[in-house]
Amino acid sequence: MTKSLRIRAAVVSLVIFAAFIGAWHLATRGTGAVAQMSPEYAALMGATATQGKSAMPGPLDVGAKLWEHIQRPFYDNGPNDKGLGIQLGYSIARVAIGYLIAVAVAIPLGFLIGMSPLMNKALDPFIQVLKPISPLAWMPLALYTIKDSSLSAIFVIFICSVWPMLLNTAFGVASVRKEWINVARTLEVGNVRRAFTVILPAAAPTILTGMRISIGIAWLVIVAAEMLVGGTGIGYFVWNEWNNLSIVNVIIAILLIGVVGMLLDQILARFTRMVTFPE
Amino acid sequence: MSTFDNPFDPNRRLTAGGCSCGRHVNEAEHAADPSSALQPTMLESDDKKFEGVVASAVMRAMFPQDASRRAFLKSVGAATALAAISQFFPLQTATEAFASGGPLEKKDLKVGFIPITCATPIIMAAPMGFYSKYSLNVEVIKTAGWAVIRDKTINKEYDAAHMLSPMPLAITMGVGSNPIPYTMPAVENINGQAITLAMKHKDKRNPKDWKGFKFAVPFDYSMHNYLLRYYLAEHGLDPDVDVQIRAVPPPEMVANLRADNIDGYLAPDPMNQRAVYDGVGFIHILTKEIWDGHPCCAFAASKEFVTTMPNTYGALLKSIIEATAYAHKPENRKEIAAAIAPANYLNQPAIVLEQILTGTYADGLGNIIKQPNRIDFDPFPWQSFAVWIMTQMKRWGQVKGDVDYKAIAEQVYLATDTAKLMKEAGLTPPTTTSRSFSVMGKSFDGSNPEEYLASFKIKKAS
Repeated sequence: MTKSLRIRAAVVSLVIFAAFIGAWHLATRGTGAVAQMSPEYAALMGATATQGKSAMPGPLDVGAKLWEHIQRPFYDNGPNDKGLGIQLGYSIARVAIGYLIAVAVAIPLGFLIGMSPLMNKALDPFIQVLKPISPLAWMPLALYTIKDSSLSAIFVIFICSVWPMLLNTAFGVASVRKEWINVARTLEVGNVRRAFTVILPAAAPTILTGMRISIGIAWLVIVAAEMLVGGTGIGYFVWNEWNNLSIVNVIIAILLIGVVGMLLDQILARFTRMVTFPE
Repeated sequence: MSTFDNPFDPNRRLTAGGCSCGRHVNEAEHAADPSSALQPTMLESDDKKFEGVVASAVMRAMFPQDASRRAFLKSVGAATALAAISQFFPLQTATEAFASGGPLEKKDLKVGFIPITCATPIIMAAPMGFYSKYSLNVEVIKTAGWAVIRDKTINKEYDAAHMLSPMPLAITMGVGSNPIPYTMPAVENINGQAITLAMKHKDKRNPKDWKGFKFAVPFDYSMHNYLLRYYLAEHGLDPDVDVQIRAVPPPEMVANLRADNIDGYLAPDPMNQRAVYDGVGFIHILTKEIWDGHPCCAFAASKEFVTTMPNTYGALLKSIIEATAYAHKPENRKEIAAAIAPANYLNQPAIVLEQILTGTYADGLGNIIKQPNRIDFDPFPWQSFAVWIMTQMKRWGQVKGDVDYKAIAEQVYLATDTAKLMKEAGLTPPTTTSRSFSVMGKSFDGSNPEEYLASFKIKKAS
């Protein structure tokens, strides 16, 4: 039953994909020569102006270009032209650093907030105000005060990914079942030991859910940050190709950003499953 | 060495003789004094030392008698004396001249640029070896926008940068940023911009019909903005009332033109030619028809870089001046187009760059036009250019109140430095630092900016 469902779902996915590519291909076909032009003049013009080629690239253009990138992902032609593999590497490294700093801050702080109703109430207004601020709003402030563009990018990832983790950790810790804590207390388990042996395992699924939301946000943020400051990374690649009005490369970058984002999410999802327990 | 300490100290001797600390009659007495052994060694930076040497020389020349110098310093104070002397003797420039020729303070440099053809000399100097000729290892780094380039140079991530020629003036004056002393020792390109309009306006070539148009320029403090405003105003349109002018990054201009969101723009190339290449717009006029020989982009560095690393600065400027001279020659333009087209630099189709640099181009309306000086390269930062830019900043309300045109122009547009290095590079620089020119038939010589400003009918009410 489940096996046939999986097969049927795969078939439907394929049909949707094929229909999408087909429609895309038809919509972006060239219309043939658009105007009378002397050959000398036409030599100075691009394909859009001479052959009525759509400004939007078709799936075949994107496929061909993608194949080109996949063949040499790690080339390095100087500071402004590096392979997609290198660019993705830079972005992932930045996300990893910013995210790990956020984990280091959010989980202890979340514990504190979750275990102390006083701190919870006191810190709540700050968290609520800081949480909805867009990464792009932080960027000029970070550039101006930190005075280093790659540190600013990391700071922005940190500041945007810290809140979901913090809130989820606090929530997870606060909603550990009272019976368990009381049992630990009657057995005279110390505070530190209680935190590690009772509360942490019980709150782990909620904490990891927060971490999973955060990694998604961190990945969203890095593209925007790199587009703004430039230099390296997949966001810079998008900006650079946009400068060149190369929509083909922009589409490829979008595709890759999606795939990497999905992979990061799946890794965290696996960790979540590992710590989930039946009640 | 006595020449290296403060020449403005009235209690000090400037003439030879005496000891190394200056407090004893001769070396023997200095050695005998037990307190001198405990004196910490004066660790002064090189440029401070050079400044001391030069200032001492000037003071000695002005006051051959030690007694009269001391009397002068005692009566007016050292600070006033320094200010008075700096007024008619450029101590700073003389210090740099004295210091140049020494070893490079720093060999690995980062220079930021925006991917437009205006940056041609800064970019081409890397692949074509102009930097390495002066033993500099320069990384030219593509930057996401003018505000970012400003911040990254202020943050010292870049040692020097490609900027719009009004930006060093604006930064120095503290307009749109904190005031930081900036210098602009070389103009990158002259001419090289155009007004591009959407295809649907191909029959509306008279600016008087442009009421209600939406235009884009790359930055508020740019020649693009001032030239477009000037052009519109000369045709009787008030740029603040009759049309809308927005600051838009260049690649978005082409996309917005295609999307029918703006009617046109005055922008740097390659975006004008790119709009033609993609069939979305046509070139209405080149900016050389507004002001032939106008400066556009510039090579800029902070005053701090110039004073703390005079040798590196000299070598860097020299390589850029030479690259600019090379780019000035029409026969080299095709080769340059091929050198700067790859993704590492401008990331554009080579045919687009070739049309811009050679000046033989498609105008978007079916004509092939030949304008060999569509873009040209001349590094000399005429100080009257700076004065003109400041008159326009004031005209459109970007600066208010009194502007010390001449002083700011001299402080930022380092024409004497450029002239000196041009000479060293085997070029013949002009002998003056200001010259007159005409913008749409109206001449300007920089001597009376306020009167010039008052002569415009259309300006922002202040």
